[in-house]
Amino acid sequence: MKPEKNRKKRSYNRSESIECWLMLAPFLAFFVLFTVIPVLISLPVGFTDFDMINMPHFTGLSNFKNLFLSDRIFIRSIRTTLIFAIFSGPVSYVLCFMLAWLINELPKHLKTVFTLIFYIPSMASVYTVWQLIFSGDQYGYVNSVLMDLGILTSARQWLTDSRYILFVVILVQLWISLGAGFLALRAGFQNIDKSLYEAGAVEGIKNRWQELVYITVPAMKPQMLFAAVMQIVAAFTADIVGRNLVGFPSTDYAAHTVMTHAYDYGWVRYEMGYSSAICTVLFLVMYGVNKLITRLLAQED
Amino acid sequence: MTDVSKLKASSGRAGRKHGGTVCIFIFLLLLAVFMALPIYLAVVMSVKPSQEWFIFPPKFYAMDPTLDNFREMFRAAGQLWVPFSRYVANSVFVTAAVTLAQCFTASMAAFVLAKGKFRGSKFLNSVIVISLLYQSNVIYIVQYMVIAKLGMIDTYAALILPSVATPMGVFLMRQSISQIPDAMIEAAKVDGAGMFRTCWNIVMPNQKPALMTLMIFAFQSAWNIQSGSYVFDESLKTLPTAVAQAAASGIARQGVAMAAAVFMLIPPVIFFVAAQKNVIETMAHSGIKD
Repeated sequence: MKPEKNRKKRSYNRSESIECWLMLAPFLAFFVLFTVIPVLISLPVGFTDFDMINMPHFTGLSNFKNLFLSDRIFIRSIRTTLIFAIFSGPVSYVLCFMLAWLINELPKHLKTVFTLIFYIPSMASVYTVWQLIFSGDQYGYVNSVLMDLGILTSARQWLTDSRYILFVVILVQLWISLGAGFLALRAGFQNIDKSLYEAGAVEGIKNRWQELVYITVPAMKPQMLFAAVMQIVAAFTADIVGRNLVGFPSTDYAAHTVMTHAYDYGWVRYEMGYSSAICTVLFLVMYGVNKLITRLLAQED
Repeated sequence: MTDVSKLKASSGRAGRKHGGTVCIFIFLLLLAVFMALPIYLAVVMSVKPSQEWFIFPPKFYAMDPTLDNFREMFRAAGQLWVPFSRYVANSVFVTAAVTLAQCFTASMAAFVLAKGKFRGSKFLNSVIVISLLYQSNVIYIVQYMVIAKLGMIDTYAALILPSVATPMGVFLMRQSISQIPDAMIEAAKVDGAGMFRTCWNIVMPNQKPALMTLMIFAFQSAWNIQSGSYVFDESLKTLPTAVAQAAASGIARQGVAMAAAVFMLIPPVIFFVAAQKNVIETMAHSGIKD
């Protein structure tokens, strides 16, 4: 045990260590200042009654008690977030991977075109268009087309009827979800060593499916993990799409996610302590899911 | 003999059937139509004259397309406190600074975190992932306090510096660099290259796809930086702020807002296409990595 420890210690070369820290320095300076410090100061706020005006007082676990014991809307928002995450997370992850792979099978110039078309939604903010598409009157594109085809006999209130709200918000969320993860996977596919495929062809790999399973997926682990983390964050912190599309608060709180609840208490009621407690709970859940998925992706090979 | 001819026919990729590729193309095309429809409608709405807004049934095209909405947007933006070109210049400067600084700092940090051997690298890696996962409203308040404490309110620094270090960028690059075989790094060391030279001369030229992807993210987020609560001096404000103001003031608001959204989308799209072309070109003539 002891000699091994010694060896480990010696394997850190002093001058290399110094060079490493020097190269990290520019990033770390900004990262600590604008991310780490704010996060560290934010963490304990959940245990206080901070309201942005008075000095915060330590209130122990009372925020968390209130959350789980007396905040019915919070409990509802957990359900909504889970439905949201289950539908938008894995579906969009599979979509990201599948589309990135299929695009990779196309000739060069088509690659750029399709990547652009699938990625544009995450660059644009065109909620107004979606509102027109799902507008509740006959001017809405969906209503108009469905009534023309005789599928619907009267206009549906897609954005205000609590039966449809969640479905519409998930659909739009999926539409914009081919973002960072998708692009990282595309880059990953481009970066795979071609000689691996040549070797595979020689060794008897017969079609693109086998190539995908035996060569591509194992070579793409790092990008797949990146995309997974991005999808987790996007799925669990979903909030903006709902607020922009169906308004805030939505009918019957149908699109009220945990993050929307945090927004409500933070920026509408200025109960930052409570809002922060909500974020802490969400973070713990995301951290757990992330651990699980990291383990899954690491084990696969 | 058959092996060789097979290899040549498929340029090294196993069993590519032409029909399969066509099927993939048709599938992607159908999906692309659905994906592009809202964007297409956004463009259509930005060129629709206001009298066409309430035609029934809603049309998928503009009967009498016009650039009035764009004209109105530029007119309204021209009436703001400072000339329109000033907002453009501010945004171009901020975007260029953030993109370059982000790529420079993130690449180096990612290389060190992926391949460097020093105490604390594991810890830093998990800090980066955790900071990605933790999101809270309070963070913005503390960030504001940090910026105010540093005396950066009403300077370009307030627009640029907070966006320089993004954990996402480092995470992306780190994942990609981790695929490079250690042997390559060791070989560079044997040749006498330090970490810094190994990073820029040997690793980065191999990381074009990831680097280009990072640039796309950086450009896109920087281009959308709003002056928000950090800058009150009108001459320092950025284009998104000016365009939002213009879109909120005109008469035919919906049309102008749509024109503003379409207008703001053009530079990131051009940048995206240029960067993606580069990603795909790299693949075509380099089979580096051993």
